[in-house]
Amino acid sequence: MVYKKALNLSVTFLLIFILTGCSSTRKNVEQILFGGGNNNEAEIVSNAIPGSSQDFTVNVGDRVFFATNSTSLDDDAKAILERQASWLELYPEISIIVEGHADERGTREYNIALSAKRADIAVAYLESLGIAGNRVETVPYGKERPVAACSSEACWSQNRRAVSVVIIE
Amino acid sequence: MIKRMNRLLLLSFILLFYSNISQAALEIDVSEGNLRPMPIAITTVIDKQNEQLGLGLDITKVIASDLAGSGLFYPINPKAFLDEINTLDQNPNFNSWRVVNAEALFTAELAYENERYRINYKLWDTFSEKSLEANYLVFSRNKWRNVAHMIADTIYTRLTGEKGYFDTQIAFIAESGPKTDRIKRLAIMDQDGQNPVLLTSGKDLVLTPRFSPNGKELVYLSYRNGQPQVYIYDIQSKQTYVVGTFPGITFAPRFSPDGRKIIMSLQEGVGSNLFEMDLGNFDRKRLTNTSDINTAPSYSPDSSNIVFESDKSGTQQLYVMDADGANVRRISFGTGSYSTPVWSPRGDYIAFTKISKGRFMIGVMFADGSGERIITDGFHNEGPTWAPNGRVLMFFRESPGEDGGAMIYSVDITGYNERKIETPGYASDPSWSALMN
Repeated sequence: MVYKKALNLSVTFLLIFILTGCSSTRKNVEQILFGGGNNNEAEIVSNAIPGSSQDFTVNVGDRVFFATNSTSLDDDAKAILERQASWLELYPEISIIVEGHADERGTREYNIALSAKRADIAVAYLESLGIAGNRVETVPYGKERPVAACSSEACWSQNRRAVSVVIIE
Repeated sequence: MIKRMNRLLLLSFILLFYSNISQAALEIDVSEGNLRPMPIAITTVIDKQNEQLGLGLDITKVIASDLAGSGLFYPINPKAFLDEINTLDQNPNFNSWRVVNAEALFTAELAYENERYRINYKLWDTFSEKSLEANYLVFSRNKWRNVAHMIADTIYTRLTGEKGYFDTQIAFIAESGPKTDRIKRLAIMDQDGQNPVLLTSGKDLVLTPRFSPNGKELVYLSYRNGQPQVYIYDIQSKQTYVVGTFPGITFAPRFSPDGRKIIMSLQEGVGSNLFEMDLGNFDRKRLTNTSDINTAPSYSPDSSNIVFESDKSGTQQLYVMDADGANVRRISFGTGSYSTPVWSPRGDYIAFTKISKGRFMIGVMFADGSGERIITDGFHNEGPTWAPNGRVLMFFRESPGEDGGAMIYSVDITGYNERKIETPGYASDPSWSALMN
């Protein structure tokens, strides 16, 4: 069990390295996984209770990324969403909010519409994998909530995202 | 002198129309020095009864600051004055004002009666030695800034033939906190950045306030209920209410020119479409029905047409349609993408944000799409709003990087006279009101 989880985790890390184009620094990965906090990662992983939002974020992957002005899901994004769908099937009482986001290189209202479309397309893919529509809500944040603050592609690529947030009632 | 001022305006219009096409017009203009601001003597408002309060001097400073801020006037340093104005009862010694190059002269006097102030004021042409304006205003003390702005508007109108824009307010978003968790609040201030007032606590994310035509309400976007929705804020009562219950998120709101309707986007399925809602009977009318992003609608001042942005061609471009949604025609055809169109209150121009080669610009074009002209260009300029006379724009400019943020700027539509509006912190999404009084 412990061995399986560790394997699972290393797969996740590998996946994220691939996703972020292998150029990501360790700090970037931490930011992606833990929202930029200073927490000790080993501790968090060992504490991740199956079915918790931490479990979802760390062991499944809570976000998918988009190209500039794009709302298309690439193979990496589809793989993450497939993992999310499998996880959600394991925990049928859990619902999610999919937050759509855009980078700062667009005008405000267009970015709200663009991020809404990104969230909707992620949700449509989850639904196509059998997740009931009433378990999923969306919120578009446009360019209002970046996770990375620099003004270059290294940050913009992290900000063009749809993030699934687990709601445990 | 009046003639010269009219000529200056005419020439700056000509410059505006043709500077993209003809370099010659620009050269002629510059060689003739027609963009020289008009020298005006603004003498200190006489206040014999209450001089120690300094109200006369305060009003004088605001008038001078408004006129200088327009870029069309050059208030002469009072230290250069050769003559003093002690009364409005006698004609000034025009020669002493001509000697200091004043082409116009402003004189005024305060009186205090029945717990209210009265300001008598005159505007003179120093060459013809004629009075251009002689009038008065009665006001209570707390309205002194409005009174100063109203007088500056009158001077501007007398000397340019255009309506003024000084007695106006700006609604905007006051920003604080780190870039990844920005706190945004609804705020208003005077056009010159004075009297900023925060209207919301910052608990809920709020965006894109726009004034109602009478200046009493703001329509804006709030995440109050978790989802972005369009709300109206009543400035007097401080009450807010949601604009209709739509099946999905609503955004990009604007008032109709008569203030009776709201036009906005509704996000539905994989597209955003435009709707109009009647604030009287809450009837809603669909204006577009496509799977594209259709947003940022703005009415023409006569309400007959609507300009908006759509990515139906693959990139954001500007389109105009009839007010009922019929007869959609594309008007932007330059390199890059176009968004945030706003129709000028005069009806002639549409201002927009243009994104090209990674740069964000503010520009104007005629309502038929011709005569495109870029006013400012840089890392990030966005969201123009018109002064009520259609001669000046405000927009916000965002600086790059982790500590970057937005500041509000004003600029003449000729591209001249760009000025930063001083705000207590970062500020974005400006909306210019109509004249307040």
